[in-house]
Amino acid sequence: MPQPRVLILRAPGTNCDQETAHAFELAGGRPERHHVNRLLDEPKLLADFQILCLPGGFSYGDDIGAGRILGSQIEHRLAEHFAQFKEAGKLILGICNGFQILMKSGILLPVADAGPPATLTWNDSGRFEARWVELRTTGSHCVFFAGIDRIDLPIAHAEGKFVARDEPFLAGLEKAGQVTLRYQAAGGDARGAYPANPNGSLSDVAGICDATGRVAGLMPHPERFVDATQHPQWTRREQRGAGDGLRVFENAVRYFR
Amino acid sequence: LGSAYRFELVTVAVRDLDDVGLARLSRQGQLYLSLAEMQTIRTYFGDLGRDPTDAELETIAQTWSEHCSHKTLAGRIAYRDERGSREFSNMLKETVFAATVAIRRRLGADDWCVSVFSDNAGIVRFDDRFNVCFKVETHNHPSALEPYGGANTGLGGVIRDTLGTGLGAKPVCNTDVFCFAPPDTPIDELPAGGLHPRRVIQGVVSGVRDYGNRMGIPTVNGAVYFDPRYLGNPLVYCGNVGLIPRDHSFKKPQPGDHIVAIGGRTGRDGIHGATFSSAELTSQSESLSGGAVQIGNAITEKMVLDVLLAARDRGLYHAVTDCGAGGFSSAVGEMSEEIGAEVWLDRAPVKYDGLSYTELWISEAQERMVVAVPPEAWAELSALCQSEGVEATIIGRFVPTGRLALKYGEHEVANLDMQFLHRGRPPVVREAVYQPTAAQPLAWPRQPLDPAVALERILGSLNVASKHWVIRQYDHEVQGGSVVKPLVGVANDGPGDAAVVRPVLSSRRGLVIGCGMNPHYGDFDTAHMAASAIDEAVRNCVAVGADPRRIAILDNFCWGNTDRPETLGSLVRAALACHDLAVALGTPFISGKDSLNNEFRHRTADGREESIAIPPSLLISALGQIDDVSHAVTMDLKSAGNLLFLVGQTKNELAGSHFALVGGCSGGNVPEVDAAMALRTFSAMHAAIAAGTVRACHDLSEGGLAVALAEMAFAGGLGARIDLNCVVREFSTTSRAPKSVAEQEASLMRALESSPERIVQAINQQYEQLESGARPAAHRDVEVVGGTGEVPSAVSTRHSPRPLDSAQIDAVTLFSESNTRFLCEVPRDKVDAFRLLLAAVPHAAIGEVRGDGRLEVIGGFGEPCLLADIATLKAAWLKPLDW
Repeated sequence: MPQPRVLILRAPGTNCDQETAHAFELAGGRPERHHVNRLLDEPKLLADFQILCLPGGFSYGDDIGAGRILGSQIEHRLAEHFAQFKEAGKLILGICNGFQILMKSGILLPVADAGPPATLTWNDSGRFEARWVELRTTGSHCVFFAGIDRIDLPIAHAEGKFVARDEPFLAGLEKAGQVTLRYQAAGGDARGAYPANPNGSLSDVAGICDATGRVAGLMPHPERFVDATQHPQWTRREQRGAGDGLRVFENAVRYFR
Repeated sequence: LGSAYRFELVTVAVRDLDDVGLARLSRQGQLYLSLAEMQTIRTYFGDLGRDPTDAELETIAQTWSEHCSHKTLAGRIAYRDERGSREFSNMLKETVFAATVAIRRRLGADDWCVSVFSDNAGIVRFDDRFNVCFKVETHNHPSALEPYGGANTGLGGVIRDTLGTGLGAKPVCNTDVFCFAPPDTPIDELPAGGLHPRRVIQGVVSGVRDYGNRMGIPTVNGAVYFDPRYLGNPLVYCGNVGLIPRDHSFKKPQPGDHIVAIGGRTGRDGIHGATFSSAELTSQSESLSGGAVQIGNAITEKMVLDVLLAARDRGLYHAVTDCGAGGFSSAVGEMSEEIGAEVWLDRAPVKYDGLSYTELWISEAQERMVVAVPPEAWAELSALCQSEGVEATIIGRFVPTGRLALKYGEHEVANLDMQFLHRGRPPVVREAVYQPTAAQPLAWPRQPLDPAVALERILGSLNVASKHWVIRQYDHEVQGGSVVKPLVGVANDGPGDAAVVRPVLSSRRGLVIGCGMNPHYGDFDTAHMAASAIDEAVRNCVAVGADPRRIAILDNFCWGNTDRPETLGSLVRAALACHDLAVALGTPFISGKDSLNNEFRHRTADGREESIAIPPSLLISALGQIDDVSHAVTMDLKSAGNLLFLVGQTKNELAGSHFALVGGCSGGNVPEVDAAMALRTFSAMHAAIAAGTVRACHDLSEGGLAVALAEMAFAGGLGARIDLNCVVREFSTTSRAPKSVAEQEASLMRALESSPERIVQAINQQYEQLESGARPAAHRDVEVVGGTGEVPSAVSTRHSPRPLDSAQIDAVTLFSESNTRFLCEVPRDKVDAFRLLLAAVPHAAIGEVRGDGRLEVIGGFGEPCLLADIATLKAAWLKPLDW
């Protein structure tokens, strides 16, 4: 398969679809942006693609909670097609609002009887915040972060605090290698300290994946660091050309080569 | 509300009214027209032999409103000042527009302006495929009454401006500039009916945040100014830059096209917004005009944006414009001006029942656009909108009648001649007077202010203090084009000069967005205030690497009540200065907007009527370009050992400065702009940056050299040592300052930790030049094109200088806010190249970057006059607005 096809799913209020498509294109994929209404009308469309990406934004305004409405549309009207997509060994990536959607639709973590095992909620600061953060990958088998140790990326969200239902669940995720990304402070642990951990996420979690490592979500925006000049300190650094975030998309594309 | 509307045609018997009755109708009907305008309406309908309907009267009031027609500034003005008098038949046209006309004529075939002062936003060339457009709007009165909604829809509105420019531009970044009263204003000083500044600030910032972030448009540049006179009448400027394919830059509706409303539904929100903005704010405004303020829904607008740009690319319409102030009345009225239109008001989708035909027509409900759709494209447009859940409705037709006809069902509710509507308004005739205030020498603080104390106080003053609390709430990265962010440096928290954005991700070409404003200078002379604002906006852009030959600027005049000749006079004076400096620099104005009557009238505790007028507030916004974004520089110091060069002349200009503010001193000289020098300096600086000789560059503005140096140092997490005796100064210094080359060299040696001989030699030459007074007129490597550098009407009102003592000389050198200055960090191996490129302009090595986290400034005695720890300075700077 020379060039995997990437479906960038957009909905009212999605606003990172164009730069996410650009990132996949730079990485060698063939992105197409489609409105969720199109997919709801024609769910079989999904089968034509190898990668599904839910980009950032404010889907349906996030009016009743970030990612809730689109998450529930997926859960109730597209779950079967998403399941088939996963079973076919394909990749799903949710960035920021996309991560929130994957969490709220139960696509990323199976919903238990007691409700969702984890969620993303309001930042400790109580408000939207945009800043660059330092991240490290934590021994996961996630396809998207293969070969990446540490990476700087920007966050821009109001509801990005990762919380789990209970300690054992989080410990289980960690043990299963499903915690992919953690906020860190100047090379060391952030230990929840603001602003290195910008939202108060439990255990500094910034991104997780499912048991297969093929479905992942993260709050930071890798598509905003595909060019060296996007780094806030590029004028202080030697790096030129591609930005580190591009590797996330290259990993996805390479998976099908 | 909500119950069905029963049609009843309302006519207003204007023909029977005497002048008193007309005036009452104008005020009570919230038309806010002048008596002469009301009389013109009475005569027009008298000639027709009928009375107008309420819808006709509202249409005229909206079209003739200050907000929509800029009748004061585009009107006849008799102006006089100390130089003589001048009659304008259209003041704006003869000042700011005229500058652009002159510049375009001079550029000839190289003209890069595309559409100026005609569409919703000004358009200039970007690259082979795209043009860019820029518009900055104000939303002051709505934000005074309801800060969140006012600011929210202010941004929403200006985004629709670029979306409605040409055939539609893609919004790529926002700007925002606010003016507030200090947040610590005591409660008992609030005028009745006014909101506390802290509440205004929080509401405005949240309003902009929620709209910009949800729309997915990065907010990349802005400023916040504080002055007690913004109490009751804050200023909220919102700007938007759009990217537009070159072949989609013009629009023309055709007869027979459908008039199609796209987006939000029409409701009772925003009735009389256009006309209310002409009225002065009072303690009653909230109850009288609360309904003029709307609440936005950014997601609806984002959905409109998505379908509209898709429709544009498929060529599904001939013209587009936004529903802003005046709603359909303004949008359809403007689009059909050259053709004629018939509108079927009952077909407009409504939020709820019960709206009268007039309310439908003038409602300013948000998120609506109007497009001119050829009948053959309607089906495709309709399907496209439907596929994304956006409502599109035919509400009328462009017809070649030259008339605006409104229908509600079978009933005609308005029928107006376009000629009368758009050209029937009697000209506004105003008098304007400017009386320069006699120059006063600077009253120095009785207790000399220690430079380190002054610096810390200035850094901790509201205007200079870090705005991170605001900036962090805005997404400045979305769309992935961010190159130079609002916060820069080793800890991502230093104050960047201008933003650099790469709007086309497949290209290296960038946009540079900056702004300039300084209301304090207006207290001394609005001409110099205006020139300083232009200089600041341009130098911000140049400081990050913009090409000064490709900077376009916008004007936003926010003033008090211009019925007072002296208030209007201070504005005309500013406009004249804008013309002169724009022509001299070759920097065209491409769009602008004014907001007059920014006053808050209230009754004081002891029963007096009092009006708080804002200070003259001219915002200049700049849109620059940079060939390759990887040539951009940021203001944070990079490496210990690099040299620091101060480019430009430092004059004794402390009037309106932040040193004067924190020291409580009045008088002095207000910063002026030497246009010829500015033109040469911008060209040379650009050449030096483009050649890669500059590692960091910061413009000198509020707080002068001291603040620029401190900001560069703490943004870079480094320190610096400079010697003030090296600074190129244009004011008399005492004999204590070293004069000879040897002395100057010795003082530089003190500032430098280690100086390879070669550099000292190179630097020696500059002193020789300075001593002999010789300055190369032009330099072979720096081609100055674009401007003339000549300002014909420059008038200096300076007093003759009194000799300063050594401490005062140090203070002037550190804190003067002279224009056109840059502080540059230059690696030692680039010094020769840098100096060669700067040969045509005054510049001097004044010190070096050090790694010790301290600032050390050598003063006139050859000993440190300022020693400070950057951590302390940074903390002072971060604190005031760390909410």
